[in-house]
Amino acid sequence: MLERCHVLICGGTGCLSSHSKEIQIEFDKCLGELGIRSEIKLVLTGCFGLCEKGPVVIVYPDETFYTHVKLRDIKEICEEHLLKGRVVNRLVVTNPDDRKKLLHFSELKFYAKQKRIALRNCGNINPLEIDEYIAKDGYLALGKVLTEMTPKEAIDEMKKSGLRGRGGGGFSTGVKWEFAHRSISDQKYVICNADEGDPGAFMDRAVLEGDPHSVIEAMAICGYAIGANQGYVYVRAEYPVAVERLGIAIEQAREYNVIGKNIFGTGFHFDVEIRLGAGAFVCGEETALIASIEGERGMPRMKPPFPAVRGLWGKPTNVNNVETLANVPVIYLKGADWFKSIGTEKSSGTKVFALGGKIQNTGLLEVPMGTTLREVIFDIGGGIPNRRKFKAVQTGGPSGGCITEKDLDTPIDFDNLIQLGSMMGSGGMIVMDEDNCMVDVARFYLDFTVDESCGKCTPCREGTKRMLDILDKICQGEGEVEDLDRLEELGTMIKEASLCGLGQTAPNPVLSTLKHFRAEYMAHVVDKSCPAGVCANLTKYVVLDNCIGCTKCLKNCPVNAITGSVKQKHVIDLSLCIRCGACKKACPVNAISSKPEDVRGVLNA
Amino acid sequence: MKSLEDLKKLRDQALKNMEMRYQVGGTRIQVGMGTCGIAAGARPVLNKFVEEIAKQNLKNVGITQVGCMGECAFEPIIEIVEQDGTSTIYARVNERMVHEIIEEHIMGGKRIQKYLLSAIKR
Ligand SMILES: Cc1cc2nc3c(=O)[nH]c(=O)nc-3n(C[C@H](O)[C@H](O)[C@H](O)COP(=O)(O)O)c2cc1C
Ligand code: SF4
Repeated sequence: MLERCHVLICGGTGCLSSHSKEIQIEFDKCLGELGIRSEIKLVLTGCFGLCEKGPVVIVYPDETFYTHVKLRDIKEICEEHLLKGRVVNRLVVTNPDDRKKLLHFSELKFYAKQKRIALRNCGNINPLEIDEYIAKDGYLALGKVLTEMTPKEAIDEMKKSGLRGRGGGGFSTGVKWEFAHRSISDQKYVICNADEGDPGAFMDRAVLEGDPHSVIEAMAICGYAIGANQGYVYVRAEYPVAVERLGIAIEQAREYNVIGKNIFGTGFHFDVEIRLGAGAFVCGEETALIASIEGERGMPRMKPPFPAVRGLWGKPTNVNNVETLANVPVIYLKGADWFKSIGTEKSSGTKVFALGGKIQNTGLLEVPMGTTLREVIFDIGGGIPNRRKFKAVQTGGPSGGCITEKDLDTPIDFDNLIQLGSMMGSGGMIVMDEDNCMVDVARFYLDFTVDESCGKCTPCREGTKRMLDILDKICQGEGEVEDLDRLEELGTMIKEASLCGLGQTAPNPVLSTLKHFRAEYMAHVVDKSCPAGVCANLTKYVVLDNCIGCTKCLKNCPVNAITGSVKQKHVIDLSLCIRCGACKKACPVNAISSKPEDVRGVLNA
Repeated sequence: MKSLEDLKKLRDQALKNMEMRYQVGGTRIQVGMGTCGIAAGARPVLNKFVEEIAKQNLKNVGITQVGCMGECAFEPIIEIVEQDGTSTIYARVNERMVHEIIEEHIMGGKRIQKYLLSAIKR
């Protein structure tokens, strides 16, 4: 029987962790009990992007967008909506502006400014069914390239599209393919870099989980263009769902012979295999990645020779990022001119960002290059929750820098972000509000790079550690003004003297916060106070005059440092207080502040 | 798969199974699926519509289920809403009539007077 309704359940990792798999099983059961199972198709898809509102369920053809769906809601959706055609209003997403229910998900502001190219199929198709990918013109680009283009023409088209690597470097994909094409060898390789080690980034994972075939197809196209017949996807073992779905996709593609021997009868062979990484940030660097696949310790080496000349097992190798590859098939289907017409002059196409931190709509989004940071954070991201004030946004993860209010109207592209002292990176975007201490933020990223440095170069191995020591000292209230100069000196030195991108960029979060928030550093070292109220040694928790005497803080304090009686203003005994912040979280009226007196805003806290 | 032609054939077939997720505009057939509608046999009617539309390979025709339309005595009721907004309401629809409605109304563009709610109510 043909189904009359399709129920799409988000099966991205975010929603899976809030039980979307169980939701699918429950749907199956309830529909069975109602006797309408065969009339309804259940599809577990890739990420819809709106992770904040997960688990998300969409019912077609009505396009009803259900959010925060719980197991106990399924019966109602089945009985009311799928059986009787009555939408379950209480689960329908609301428009944040006017609190009205939105019946069609396309009306959501979150999606309105997006343009989904790399994520075109995520949340739309069943990643476990190659037929659904093929229905959306899957493998057609490969067929077209193999039958209608020479490798040279394929490369020219890629160059014309202006696609630049989404793995962080922003290097022209077409030019890179051309290098590998020109290298003469009996054997070449294509590698898909799915290491994605940047904390807070999950773009590549979403593509692999939601649309694995797009990556396989693109690798085959690249193989044809450069003259390789073997591809490897290097993916971290910490992405079990992505690994599983990719594995299934490769099997299906082989079965259909869209990879394998003699593809489309053209005599071109190409196969893809998965290689698991152990999840080290440095293994995302292409030469370290290659070493890791070879079974060596994942350490970067000098370039040149570039992988296009001497790569995997000494053979010419092309390394591309997952998102870069996900763009490839569409470019051949719709043409380089179409792709070039999207985005800015020097950065064509779109970019996927993983939006996190102090933001209303945590999730995954894809916008044309040239969209401003303000549009991303406030229109799509929905702004900062709890009426807090925006402070800065970190792009480029541990290699990037922070961007402040005054630069929010800058159109996002590779070159503009570098101009602002940050970078595109792979697309992590962490938003910070007035409650974030920038010294603490810098320390967080540096702590990460200290752990992840491979140790090959002394400046990176020792230098970052010394910088972290200084930051620790500052956060504990033992810093001195000279420390700020030392940080700058060390940072500049590390950048200059490190071999790979990890060391060359590791000081960036510190240098950029020092540049934009020097006053905050000064407050730490001179006044011995943390304006954001974060660094424990530099904060005092006090009860403000708007205390209503509800006694909640008193009950939540783990060390009984708070005294007071009902309806009376409470008092914190600072000699007992361990600055854990439990009282601040418990207070219903924001009457507890950890910030110094002069920076307390209307909202205190 | 041996050739690009095979792929295209497979694509067209696969797309048919997914079409309901991508229809924009066109004609909508709304089937009243309130308790009254279901009791009167709206579900087989709904399924029959899905089947017929696929069989005839009709593009731009979507089917949705809606709640009770308030004329419970005349269920199953279906409403056909054209792209330009004109609406036709048929009452006491059964599986047998579905084929006729598809052929004459949807494909032929002619209303079937005797099945109209207004005609039956009289
Ligand atoms: C420390 C470090 C980590 C990296 N991590 C990744 C990563 O996780 N994923 C990725 O695609 N590229 C990463 N890169 C960039 C790769 O070296 C390489 O430039 C990229 O995979 C090339 O693909 P693209 O041209 O498609 O961007 C990293 C680079 C460095 C220096
Ligand atoms: S810069 Fe750091 S991570 Fe890179 S090779 Fe040197 S020590 Fe290793």
